Amino acid sequence: MTTVSNLQRVLTKGHFAVTGEIGPPQSADASVITRKAAYLKGNVDAVNITDCQTAVVRMSSISVGKMLIDLGIEPVIQMTCRDRNRIAIQSDLLGAWALGARNLLCLTGDHQSFGNHPTAKNVFDLDSIQLLDMVRRMRDDKVFMCGEEIKGTEPRFFIGAASNPFADPFDFRPLRLAKKVKAGAQFIQTQLIYNVPKFSEFMRRVCDLGLHEKVYILGGVGPIKSAGAARYMATKVPGMDVPAEVVDRMVKTPKERAREEGIQICVEIIQQLREIPGVAGVHVMAIEWEEAVPEILTQAGLLPRPVIPPEITTAEQ
Amino acid sequence: MIVGEQKPLQEIKDMIAGAEKVLLLGCGTCVTICFAGGEKEVGILASALRLATRLDGKEVDIREATVQRQCEWEYVDEVADQIQEADIVVSLACGIGVQTVAERFPDVWVVPGLNTSFLGQPVEQGVWSERCAACGNCLLMYTGGICPIARCSKSLLNGPCGGSQNGKCEINPEVDCAWQLIYDRLSRLGRLDLITENMPAKDWSTSRDGGPRKIVREDLRI
Ligand code: SF4
Ligand code: SF4
Repeated sequence: MTTVSNLQRVLTKGHFAVTGEIGPPQSADASVITRKAAYLKGNVDAVNITDCQTAVVRMSSISVGKMLIDLGIEPVIQMTCRDRNRIAIQSDLLGAWALGARNLLCLTGDHQSFGNHPTAKNVFDLDSIQLLDMVRRMRDDKVFMCGEEIKGTEPRFFIGAASNPFADPFDFRPLRLAKKVKAGAQFIQTQLIYNVPKFSEFMRRVCDLGLHEKVYILGGVGPIKSAGAARYMATKVPGMDVPAEVVDRMVKTPKERAREEGIQICVEIIQQLREIPGVAGVHVMAIEWEEAVPEILTQAGLLPRPVIPPEITTAEQ
Repeated sequence: MIVGEQKPLQEIKDMIAGAEKVLLLGCGTCVTICFAGGEKEVGILASALRLATRLDGKEVDIREATVQRQCEWEYVDEVADQIQEADIVVSLACGIGVQTVAERFPDVWVVPGLNTSFLGQPVEQGVWSERCAACGNCLLMYTGGICPIARCSKSLLNGPCGGSQNGKCEINPEVDCAWQLIYDRLSRLGRLDLITENMPAKDWSTSRDGGPRKIVREDLRI
């Protein structure tokens, strides 16, 4: 198999990968993207673009992906099952590939009750695992989900999925990851990690299942802006695990030093993750705080990023 | 059973505005069991409406009737006269009952007195909970008898999403996570293997997505 994306090359070459993330604006303002992109360009191997995150209407992830490509940044398009059925998803994927997108992250999506249209009709025609399988078959078997051949160019995405080691039931999480790998996931980006011991235990089980040899796992990290944000994440965000020590540390920090401390905690977590067997990189989520990313990565010693020309790894797995 | 809930009094009052003869028509089956539209509720609603319309200074003749099953023509036919005499029939059955009356009596104005809520189960006194979405192709054999289509907020078929926490669904801490229930039950039965297999995309054509459904049993037709 040939590598299609920079992210895939970085991972297959054995580098510790770094991905970033941009939340598109809740408007049609392209300048927001240009501004946010400037903090990430050259500092990360690829940039995720969220797909109407928390079910709030935002600029389409594929269109933002195209803007990033034009700015010389490699996107990871996020695709959720919440708002589209299998027909719409496949159609969007053909378009995304045609526009030059090469990485795709397959997600179920947050329920619309969180967002700004809680009375919307949702879709959930597929779940994330069925979506992964569909995308893999479009690439490897050159067929649409219905089994019909794709006549012409097929989308050949480097396929990713998400995993939340902190959701319940904990014992099932590694098994669910195995299902995603079986369905076609080649890389995994995890939920934000603040409880490192629990994540290590998760990774131990993942390695016991041999999954780390089949999929690249990028640990999710992100800087906390303030004590309030820490408390909010600890109590209000479903599926998040922010231990009391982390909240305390933010609470005890004087307000004017909060941001520095948030960045410091993030850097420490990255360093701890690098020591955990099976972790192939980090996914830095600093939504609405993209400015922090260069500093985090500098302090974590992850800059500069490797530059790998496409031809070198062609024909490698 | 079909679970329903009475519409707010004001909404019912607005629907019958202008009518002089109103028939409140109850149903003796599901909606009686869920205390929404049986004989007793018909009586209570009739008194409330009489009082409310009288306070407005209007003379409205509010009559009451309850049939055993409003979803079948032979039962609604028993009260055909009362239905035909009314200016308006407020059906306190589920949506099927409302439509049965409307279909049987094309010249009668029929309105719903209930909101038909879901297919559910009385889990404890005063509590009903959704159990089935009538998808037309039951897969409870894979999920330990717990329906992920009706009971998982995202109708997932391959295990709990990342929002499942402490046994509750991400949408609301009051809502059980169906996948936690499935996981617990299958572990108890030693059948977790059923959910480690990848479940393919569902064929929704047997569900409402295939258009209105109909069953014809030739062997039973006369
Ligand atoms: S699988 Fe379909 S038929 Fe079976 S309980 Fe669930 S919704 Fe009802
Ligand atoms: S938390 Fe559980 S019930 Fe809620 S959407 Fe996720 S898997 Fe479904």
